[in-house]
Amino acid sequence: MEEKSYFGGIADGLKSLTTGLKTTMREFFTPKITEQYPENRATNVMFDRFRGSLTMPHNEQNQHQCIGCGLCQMACPNDTIKVTSEFYETPDGKKKKRLVKYEYDLGSCMFCQLCTRACPHGAITFDQSYENAVFDRSKLKKVLNHEGSKCVKE
Amino acid sequence: MFDFSIITNWLHDFLMGTCGFAEWGAILTESVLVALAIITLYAVFAIALIYMERKVCAAFQCRLGPMRVGKWGLLQVFSDVFKMLTKEIISMRQSDLFLHNLAPFLVVTASMVTFSCLPWNMGAHIIDFNVGVFFFLAISSIGVVGILLAGWSSNNKYSLIGAMRSGAQIISYELSIGMTMLAMICLTGTMSFSEICQDQYVNGWNIVRGHVPAVIAFLIYLVAGNAECNRGPFDLPECESELTAGYHTEYSGMHFGYYYLAEYLNLFICAGMASTIFLGGWAPLHIYGLEGFNGVMDLVPGAVWFLGKTFFVVFLLMWLRWTFPRLRIDQILSLEWKYLIPFSMVNLVLMALCVAMGWHF
Repeated sequence: MEEKSYFGGIADGLKSLTTGLKTTMREFFTPKITEQYPENRATNVMFDRFRGSLTMPHNEQNQHQCIGCGLCQMACPNDTIKVTSEFYETPDGKKKKRLVKYEYDLGSCMFCQLCTRACPHGAITFDQSYENAVFDRSKLKKVLNHEGSKCVKE
Repeated sequence: MFDFSIITNWLHDFLMGTCGFAEWGAILTESVLVALAIITLYAVFAIALIYMERKVCAAFQCRLGPMRVGKWGLLQVFSDVFKMLTKEIISMRQSDLFLHNLAPFLVVTASMVTFSCLPWNMGAHIIDFNVGVFFFLAISSIGVVGILLAGWSSNNKYSLIGAMRSGAQIISYELSIGMTMLAMICLTGTMSFSEICQDQYVNGWNIVRGHVPAVIAFLIYLVAGNAECNRGPFDLPECESELTAGYHTEYSGMHFGYYYLAEYLNLFICAGMASTIFLGGWAPLHIYGLEGFNGVMDLVPGAVWFLGKTFFVVFLLMWLRWTFPRLRIDQILSLEWKYLIPFSMVNLVLMALCVAMGWHF
């Protein structure tokens, strides 16, 4: 960098200082980003990529996308997921697998998203819930498929 | 314009006449009353300034600041003060206890005496005599002694380095403060704060009367004043990252509280002096030729004008603090000795020329 003259340095300095002052003054009047948490509980929405807890979305007919292949269970580094599946016979005589119970333990999940990446059908996803604290760790164990739900492919 | 001396004269007559005090007794009573008022104001303004600093800083950083304790966090500072009052004052082995305990009092005394130099209203000057500006500069330097003593007596290398930096910085920047004040004295022709304000009441604010040299002096004063208060971007004496807290590292409880208090009040005093010397003190805004407007402005009490201007300058100083990155110690000293001092010297000559040739308003 070339050496600036005395007055050139002052002029440059003043210019950059006023730029800084302008920036902070603009910041002073912008809406503040602070979230006042317990008060804004009703309106607060987490951003899309937030990893709250694992869920299995169901449609209106109580159908999910899971085929019970168990790839998520194999992908999970913490043994957080336990997929129980069974074989059944289709009307045309084929043997197919279907999901019986999808167990998920929030307490041992480290939100790495390997399970959702591994899933070939996009059956599981992380939701935006963030109030996950409970008083008993047994409450962290969840069954993700709803009662009496079926796979859409069935 | 409401003249506060009506009240002080009434009080004096009341004490002398109705209560039958002797002259010395009346003056003693008045001094005690004024001292009480000043100490109360000191505490109140410290609380207001700390709250303001936290809120303004938050707004500059796109946050909300304290919001939980009381409505909009109004009680936050009060609870901080009470917390501070309940803290133990720890005395350390190997430190010079007498000086260690004396230092915060020197700092807070310097700050309180300069605080009472401020012109609160027409007729409400507490310390006011013909060399007021000179007295102000002299007393404000006592604070440095307190800081140096604090650094020395703590027996802590960080404190000592912080105190030395603070000494180097404050003593350097006092030169340009003195020089800018000298430029303004050149314009007003008096060193008494009451006459400076009275003059600005009649003739208009100094920053308008002195136009170019006054504006330059005002800018230099803002920079030097910020450095004088040890505030960012000149907060080297107490840089958290290298020196933990600089000269007040070893202080706890209310002794630390005194430094904290003095720091914020020095900010207020610095701003108050800027508003006295440049922006007219308690003198209301007058626009030459608009008699009706001037009449309305005169109805607003002088104290409101003074506080309004002072808090405006406080806001400017906070804006500077929360915008600029911190300087290194060599940059601080070269800013003062290579830039501010030559500029304030040239400015002083310019102001003298303006006054001599009658180029001011």
